[in-house]
Amino acid sequence: MLLRRGGNLKSSEITPELLYVNRRQFIRSTSFAGLGLAYEFLLPEFLSGQDRWPRGRKGPFDTDEDPNSYKDITTYNNFYEFGVDKSDPAENSAAFRPKPWTVRVEGEVKKPATYNLEDLVKPYRLEDRIYRMRCVEGWSMVIPWRGFPLADLIRKVEPTSRAKFVAFETLFRPEEMPGQKRSVLQWPYVEGLRMDEALNPLTLLAVGLYGKDLANQNGAPMRLVVPWKYGFKGIKSIVKIRFVQSQPPTTWNISAPEEYGFYSNVNPEVDHPRWSQKSERRIGEFFRRKTLMFNGYADQVASMYSGMDLKRNF
Amino acid sequence: MKRFQWEKRILKPAVFALALAPLLGLLWKAYAGTFSANPIKDVTEETGIWTLRFLLITLAVTPLRSITRWSPAGTFRRMLGLFAFFYGFLHFTTYVYLDQFFAFDEILRDIAKRPFITVGFAAFVLMIPLALTSPNRVVRWIGGKRWKALHRTVYVVALGGVIHYLWLVKADTSRPLLYGTALVILLLFRLWTFLKSRRFSVKAAAGLNANA
Repeated sequence: MLLRRGGNLKSSEITPELLYVNRRQFIRSTSFAGLGLAYEFLLPEFLSGQDRWPRGRKGPFDTDEDPNSYKDITTYNNFYEFGVDKSDPAENSAAFRPKPWTVRVEGEVKKPATYNLEDLVKPYRLEDRIYRMRCVEGWSMVIPWRGFPLADLIRKVEPTSRAKFVAFETLFRPEEMPGQKRSVLQWPYVEGLRMDEALNPLTLLAVGLYGKDLANQNGAPMRLVVPWKYGFKGIKSIVKIRFVQSQPPTTWNISAPEEYGFYSNVNPEVDHPRWSQKSERRIGEFFRRKTLMFNGYADQVASMYSGMDLKRNF
Repeated sequence: MKRFQWEKRILKPAVFALALAPLLGLLWKAYAGTFSANPIKDVTEETGIWTLRFLLITLAVTPLRSITRWSPAGTFRRMLGLFAFFYGFLHFTTYVYLDQFFAFDEILRDIAKRPFITVGFAAFVLMIPLALTSPNRVVRWIGGKRWKALHRTVYVVALGGVIHYLWLVKADTSRPLLYGTALVILLLFRLWTFLKSRRFSVKAAAGLNANA
């Protein structure tokens, strides 16, 4: 279990899917067969998973760190719509139907409309992007997403000059999202970005993971990925994108305003009121590692916050 | 001939073995590889919750004994209390070793700055004298009355455990509140027996006066 991961792997050295599966098979055949292998049996499904999207091209912002396994990324999730435990999203999301799916685009925009997901995604060339993901709780992963820049979508729908922020909303469907039957958070989940953050080339609308359609527990069929912010900013299962004039409310800020700000940029200098943000545990590693300013994406994003007091605007 | 004490000979070892089950469960998960993606957090959470559970189980022994009038129940109390300390020790060790890897500057900062860690650490420290004074010889040495007074600290420890849990959850407070409710019920039972015994003694005293 507590394996120390290798240092800096090049993306070209990432184990191809087939080998990855064969490695499992190797372990299965050489170690005690039948002992705690429940998850290994999920792998055939992983192998045969249908590609709904064409294969992405390689993006310019990949980290060369070793990505976490598909299993880790799909079994260790915070997605309170399916329950508050990390294992809940994987266990409780089987009945969730991410198809058919529509996304409502509205507000300060010249082309408001309700789009079928396929029509919304089709015009864009999908990219594979390997990003770091830092959870506000103090752990992190490296995740190979597939998606397209949010900026591409914004340009297509043509926001007006009054649009200063983008607000997002998750589906509210308690029959399929059992976590929504309890008011642990205010439903539906809402998030937001400042317009320059939304237009930043790092900001991704993800529709895939490890080359497959996004799994339900990861926010199928489309979610936001903002790698320099804490993970909860990456709103999942998006049904509404609204362009607005003023800073929109965000779910965790509503829940605990002193603890979760609108910006929620990864910042080792600004602690969560209840725990330190100086270090993090990369899933799969034993030793904690230092948390990087803007999660290591300072070169791409720091200029957006120059002159801002990041302790006050946490 | 002395009666066969099945509580002591059979039930007690059985409860002892059962109380080790959470630890064996963790060892099994390590062996079988069925931890979540974050094994250190799993161990932290599991040892923590079992500390609180054993504290509450220990505090439930006396009320159960007086309700059921099953006097051997008392023989389990010390063992269960020591298991609470055992899991508390594992929980603390997990934090110091697996989570922080002996980064004592960070640990001290955590204890000073993070209220949930402050409370949890205090509760753990308060358990140490209770564990040390559990052997019969020590009880005799300090005297039953003082021993009893000292061991009332366990109420503070349990309260600290509940607050520690409550202050660390992000949004869903239902589970810590459930443990808190259990603790309140156990404390109310003690308050009730205390008031009852006082009223009884007051009444008895009043009766004596009337007779005089």
